[in-house]
Amino acid sequence: MIEMKNVTKKYPNGVVATNGISVNIKQGEFVYVVGPSGAGKSTFIKLMYREEKATSGEIIVNGIDLATLKNKKVPFLRRQLGVVFQDFKLLPRLNVYENVAFALEVIEEDPVEIRRRVMEVLELVGLKNKARMFPNELSGGEQQRVSIARSVVNVPKVVIADEPTGNLDPETSWDIMNLFEEINARGTTIVMATHNREIVNTIRRRVIAIEGGMIVRDEHGGDYGYEI
Amino acid sequence: MKFSTLKRHLRESVKSLGRNSWMTIASVSAVTVTLILVGVFALIMMNLNKVANDLENDVEIKVLIDETADKAAEKTLMEKIKKLPGVEEMSYSTKENELTKLVKDFGDDFKLFEQSNPLRNVIYVKASDPQQTAAVAKKIDKFEYTYDVMYGEGKVEKLFNFLNTSRNVGVVLILGLLFTAIFLISNTIRITIIARRDEIEIMKLVGATNSFVRIPFLLEGMWLGLLGSIIPIAVIATLYHNVYRIIAPRLKGELIQVLDFSPLVYQVSALLLLIGVLIGIWGSFMSVRKFLKI
Repeated sequence: MIEMKNVTKKYPNGVVATNGISVNIKQGEFVYVVGPSGAGKSTFIKLMYREEKATSGEIIVNGIDLATLKNKKVPFLRRQLGVVFQDFKLLPRLNVYENVAFALEVIEEDPVEIRRRVMEVLELVGLKNKARMFPNELSGGEQQRVSIARSVVNVPKVVIADEPTGNLDPETSWDIMNLFEEINARGTTIVMATHNREIVNTIRRRVIAIEGGMIVRDEHGGDYGYEI
Repeated sequence: MKFSTLKRHLRESVKSLGRNSWMTIASVSAVTVTLILVGVFALIMMNLNKVANDLENDVEIKVLIDETADKAAEKTLMEKIKKLPGVEEMSYSTKENELTKLVKDFGDDFKLFEQSNPLRNVIYVKASDPQQTAAVAKKIDKFEYTYDVMYGEGKVEKLFNFLNTSRNVGVVLILGLLFTAIFLISNTIRITIIARRDEIEIMKLVGATNSFVRIPFLLEGMWLGLLGSIIPIAVIATLYHNVYRIIAPRLKGELIQVLDFSPLVYQVSALLLLIGVLIGIWGSFMSVRKFLKI
């Protein structure tokens, strides 16, 4: 699904964010990416959806070689991925329904199909009765649910999440994790950068630990491994 | 592009005009001022052009035939002139004819000359391109049996120079104004882009193509240009209507004429609309390219 070989990313200011990372994530896997702040987690994640371009090395996502992918073709890579952020990135002017529908509108999906699919994912995240509310009328957890709904509405093979529980209280975080597990159970690959040790230690999945731009540990069913 | 997408783009572009209403007003005013000036210039230029053409077409070469030439020699001279490249038409006038004209223009005093006519037979020549008059005149001067060739030497050149210079000055001024308007529009669009950064970011994350992101902004630029051309069109139509009503009757029967209202104002209006829309689209294109890096 996602394959990286010896990937290095050096920013123009000279910072080396990833230094020779090699990893292979299979279809349907649930992967935590852990590590201290500034270790290169975010860059590692951004490389997958081509927010950043690798300086050297090979990245293949869903059969697409990102090194040779032309800028013009990046949108078509993104349509096969879903992305979730710590700060939700919802549009404040649009209500819940419109925020989710937005993801399908911009890829010019058929309006009838948009309606069907949006209602379906709102059902999945349990916000069907709040479809007409605006982001500022929702709690943090609900906003994150909307953002997750948006990320899966185009039925992606992979959902990439950058600290999705970072802004949420513990209880809400568990709800969000349950949602991710449910999405994963349907066969969607999930790659999640996180600082939440309790979650990683409870819902045991593959853990990739990054430090100083390198993978220092990669184990299935591993624990968080860092002291707070 | 699907029809529903086009509808969405149109809706978005109109919404954005309202959301940034102050910048919209600023750039529409900029376009308005520019287009009023461009429109007035265009009216003046086109009329000046008409006057210039009238004057140019009135320029002709007067060939005085030498007294020693007999009928046959005059005929060969005319044949030779006819064969010159750049000669459009010519006419022959006897010296008696010339005297009659003189009397008509300057009064009966000249009737005295009817006793012994000092004038010469004349051939009037018109160049197909008035600006080539001098060159044609020089060639004719070399022919046999020409006593003198006159075309208002010096004066004609001065007139042509003046007309050409004023045309160029007009074009430069209009270009300068257009650049100002483009600059203002691209600034407005830049502000709408900054205001919608988060939206654009999300669009790109969920896989919107570059043109999908770009089109609403280009449409917005188009609206700015379109809105900016309404007042200028009204202004030049009213202005020219009144100016024409005052000037046209006074020029009746004169050599110089102004252009009629009917085709001119419609042409200039269409021109302003086109320029408005083009600078709108071009202005936003510049901004979008720089700011979206798409």
